[in-house]
Amino acid sequence: MSAALRLVDVTVAYDRHPAVHHVSVDIPEGACTAVVGPNGAGKSTLLKAMVGLVRQVHGRIEFPDRTRAKIAYLPQQSDVDRTFPISVLDMVLLGRWRGIGAFGTAGPADIHGAVHALEAVGLRGFERRPLSTLSAGQFQRALFARMLLQDAEIILLDEPFNAIDTRTTADLLALVRRWREDRRTVVCVLHDLDQVRAHFPHALLLARELIAAGPTEQALTAANLLRARAMAESWDEAADICHTSEAA
Amino acid sequence: MDFIWDLLIGPFVDHGFMRRALVACLALSAGSCTVGVFLILRRMSLMGDALAHALLPGAAVGFLLGGLSLPAMSAGGFIAGAATALLSGVVARYTSLREDASFAAAYLTALAVGVMIVSVKGSTVDLMHILFGSILAVDDLSLVLVAATASLTLMGMAAIYRPLVVECFNPGFLAAVGVRGSLYHYAFLALAVLNMVAAFQALGTLMALGLLLLPAVAASFWARQVVTMALVTLPMAAASGVIGLLISYHSSVPSGPAIVLVASLFYIGSLLLGTRDSVRLRFVPPAHLRA
Repeated sequence: MSAALRLVDVTVAYDRHPAVHHVSVDIPEGACTAVVGPNGAGKSTLLKAMVGLVRQVHGRIEFPDRTRAKIAYLPQQSDVDRTFPISVLDMVLLGRWRGIGAFGTAGPADIHGAVHALEAVGLRGFERRPLSTLSAGQFQRALFARMLLQDAEIILLDEPFNAIDTRTTADLLALVRRWREDRRTVVCVLHDLDQVRAHFPHALLLARELIAAGPTEQALTAANLLRARAMAESWDEAADICHTSEAA
Repeated sequence: MDFIWDLLIGPFVDHGFMRRALVACLALSAGSCTVGVFLILRRMSLMGDALAHALLPGAAVGFLLGGLSLPAMSAGGFIAGAATALLSGVVARYTSLREDASFAAAYLTALAVGVMIVSVKGSTVDLMHILFGSILAVDDLSLVLVAATASLTLMGMAAIYRPLVVECFNPGFLAAVGVRGSLYHYAFLALAVLNMVAAFQALGTLMALGLLLLPAVAASFWARQVVTMALVTLPMAAASGVIGLLISYHSSVPSGPAIVLVASLFYIGSLLLGTRDSVRLRFVPPAHLRA
């Protein structure tokens, strides 16, 4: 299987302490991959590195088959100011940023697409509503609608179902399944292992270092999960400088 | 009829300085209504105030070099304001100091330097003039400056409108689609400083922000969307200018405080009576709907 995304010896450190340590892995093209691991395992950091939101990444992140990757990214805690006076439709239309940009006008096709995306996430009739009137679940649905509109080839989700009710989670998982059928590449950070086994054929087990990657049953074995849990969560203040080189 | 004429129209017909002051106020309102709305939406109201104070040392140096000359003082003020905004932004970005703290540090320094310069070289009258402004001394050159600022602001805000909106409400998204949001942030700050420079001649550095900010704050009690907020801001700012000027003329009080006080009245009135989250709606909530 070809790789949509190739991480080569990637290390990301905060205050010199690595959050992600010498990770090399291929993310399979057109498949759903779950990223699993204990707290502080570097899951969010890994996603941010893929989007290019953290600087100071050692190693390389490559997109083998693309010159310019179309990535959509849903952060764990989105920094959206939900009191901002903007309508749901305008927020969702931002998904077309790459086509419209800072100066273009949203045409009928864009607006039609946005309305369609809102329908797909179960928010029909919410177009004119101010963003501030949405509940947490509705807001998450709106963010998914924006991602639908982004029409990205690679979709990165960071714990998208945290504090979301089961009904909304089921609806949004159905969208993930649709992306899988469209042969899009989805990378999703998740905690619920049952969810992972049910919906994600591939898994990547991370505990600062890569523990296992591959088909979910083979990656998430009891032995591997135990190894991941053994990761020391605290920093070692007296840790030596890491001399592992790329050649090693 | 004569009474009303003497009260409202006469001052502007009889005196050139009142006409110039009127035009300056209206132009200021046009330019600043958009800037004020975004200062609020970016939660930068107090930072804007800090920026306005930071104009002082620049204006003072301009005053030292060119006397009470508007171009010199304006250029100095703009440089000082822009430098303060840029430096505190850079400090906030590259250290763990938060932006409000770095702004406060920068403007206190600037204010102290400014007062020192003016006290050593000028008189108290000059200091009062710079701090509180005197719209009644607006000359043709300042009019050109204010009008140019208003035009530049409206065009500039139109150009950076959409990225600025997204940078306000979802900066992470902008970063994820590869747009440098900070560029638009600094462009906006530059426009804000420019407007304060235009306003300080009339209102003084202490209250330059009054005409920018108060009408926009008042508008937030009436409007739900960015554009409508700006549209509500404009007439209130213009009315504050006109009414403030008339009060200043008839009762011989300084124009700056008069204008800002009228704007404050608009704010208090909106706070009490507005259609959004106002005191009135808290005490007499409208009946709820069926669905």
